[in-house]
Amino acid sequence: MSRSRTKRAHAITRNGVALVVALVTLFPIFWMISTAFKPATEIYSLTPHPLPAHPTWSNFANVINGSVIGMPYWTFLRNSLVVTLSSVVVSSTMALLAAVAVARFRFRFRTTYLILLLIVQMLPQQALVIALFLDFRAANLLDSLVGLTLLYIAFSLPVTIWMLRNFVAAVPRELEEAAAIDGAGPFRVFFRVLLPLVAPGLVTTSVFAFIFAWNEFVFALTFLGTDTAKFTLPIYVTYFFSKGSVDWGAIMAASVLFTLPVMIFFLIVQRRLRAGLLAGAVKG
Amino acid sequence: MLSSVNRASASSAPVAIRPNGRWSPPPSVRRVLGRGRTRRLAPYLLILPSAVAIGLLLAWPAIQLGVYSFQDYGLPQVTGAAPTSWVGFGNYRLVLADPEFWSALRISVLFAVVVVPLTLITGTLVGLLLNRLGRKMAAFVSTAALLAWAMPAVSASVIFVWLFDPDGGLADYLLQKLPAWLGGGAHWSGFSWTNAPLPAYTVITLVVLWQAFPFIAVSVLAGLKTIPAELHEAARVDGAGPWRVFWKVTYPLLKPIFLVLLLLSVIWDFGIFTQAYIVTGELGNRDEFNLGILAYDKAFTMPPAYGVASALGVVLTVVLLLITAGYVRANIRQGAVT
Repeated sequence: MSRSRTKRAHAITRNGVALVVALVTLFPIFWMISTAFKPATEIYSLTPHPLPAHPTWSNFANVINGSVIGMPYWTFLRNSLVVTLSSVVVSSTMALLAAVAVARFRFRFRTTYLILLLIVQMLPQQALVIALFLDFRAANLLDSLVGLTLLYIAFSLPVTIWMLRNFVAAVPRELEEAAAIDGAGPFRVFFRVLLPLVAPGLVTTSVFAFIFAWNEFVFALTFLGTDTAKFTLPIYVTYFFSKGSVDWGAIMAASVLFTLPVMIFFLIVQRRLRAGLLAGAVKG
Repeated sequence: MLSSVNRASASSAPVAIRPNGRWSPPPSVRRVLGRGRTRRLAPYLLILPSAVAIGLLLAWPAIQLGVYSFQDYGLPQVTGAAPTSWVGFGNYRLVLADPEFWSALRISVLFAVVVVPLTLITGTLVGLLLNRLGRKMAAFVSTAALLAWAMPAVSASVIFVWLFDPDGGLADYLLQKLPAWLGGGAHWSGFSWTNAPLPAYTVITLVVLWQAFPFIAVSVLAGLKTIPAELHEAARVDGAGPWRVFWKVTYPLLKPIFLVLLLLSVIWDFGIFTQAYIVTGELGNRDEFNLGILAYDKAFTMPPAYGVASALGVVLTVVLLLITAGYVRANIRQGAVT
């Protein structure tokens, strides 16, 4: 009897600790949302309260109609979406082709290529950005969303290829061979057999590429420096900072509008993600 | 979608079994797998797009960085007013003679030395906890943790700067309310966390810890799931406490995962940029620069010194590549590359 009671006590302690861990982890997110709804008087009050006493939309209104930066939120949302979605589509396609090559074929530079991917993945962005800046300047790609998209494609490839390779390798070869016996050509085998089976893996890797491009800061900061109309959301959020007077209500509202899409997206696909997390070792 | 596959495997295609038992593909299969030149060229064609993108935008700039680090490269060279000239190790000599470099290096090293063990220990403890929770509680905690992980570094940094703001920030308020024997008191009122390196990096440590422990927890959890429960049971029946069970059973089995996590953490924390850039005030406080920020500042604050910045970038890259060499070896040893 007493043994089961200590077991129960242990379980309660564990759950109590777990609850504290979860709440502490969620707290900064909660504080961001709470501040975004507070009027200025409550934000700078001497005794901060967890919840806004008089919730207001005015911070969001200021951010969305762009009274701070002179341009509406939608401009930056559109920039971020264009850059993120186009880089995800292109890099996933390239990664799938490369993953098929390394998972299905034996060729001379196969291992070299895989190791090379591991190495280039570790090159620090803030160092490469110096050479890239001079290249992009020469190629007239500064202040250009196309240039930024190209960078996001290249920089998400090493991780996505490594992740997708495992998913392609997991598809039994026999299925492809069986389809071939049935007379399907290489393209038919690819689109009718391999692609549907790799689709879940493709979703996982796309999510990683999406989060990388959506959150990316160093390149956007450097390459979109002068043209406000080209800003992506991360640069837009920090823009409020550089202005002398710090309006925390507006910054938190902007931050919510920047974070929310990726959070919702993430909650939808999170179960798939957990499996691929270690396989990809994505930068945090 | 799968109907064609089922039909294919159900159909009785003529499969030739050779006398030695090896399956010889019928002509139709050979057509798919390709033959001769097509088969030989296929993998190269498949990796071509990604190899070109990575080559042009990752490998080539890395090489250029090395070249620039030996050149005198500033504004006159960019505008074409003066030609680039080779200066040998001149830029490196400048870097080594610069007290800012040593201060930045010290900050980068100290930060990694503190944050890496902190995130690894926190992450491992949460991972062990997740493994012993009921399904609902585990899902709740890991969702909360992964939300922090998916949070953009920019948002996370901005939130923490606000939490630690001297005017209206929550941290100063709570520290003020803390009893004096815990170090609290009125002196916390209006305390600025971003004016000196130590407080600033305390905030950065918290941001990074918050965003990095989930990845470690989930990875450790994934590893724990591969350990048969009987092993832990047996150790516990033998009277081993949780500490002993971890060091004698869990740790040896998960050693490869811990090695990879350790190396990745060192790489990420030594090269930390976004969080440090935002919390230290966007190049505002020179005594709070780490290596990455110093290199960035040399290149992008007027007047630009691309040569010196490249030399700093090379130093940072070489340090990270040395750690990466360990990472690659750990991967090869795990059999991930074959």
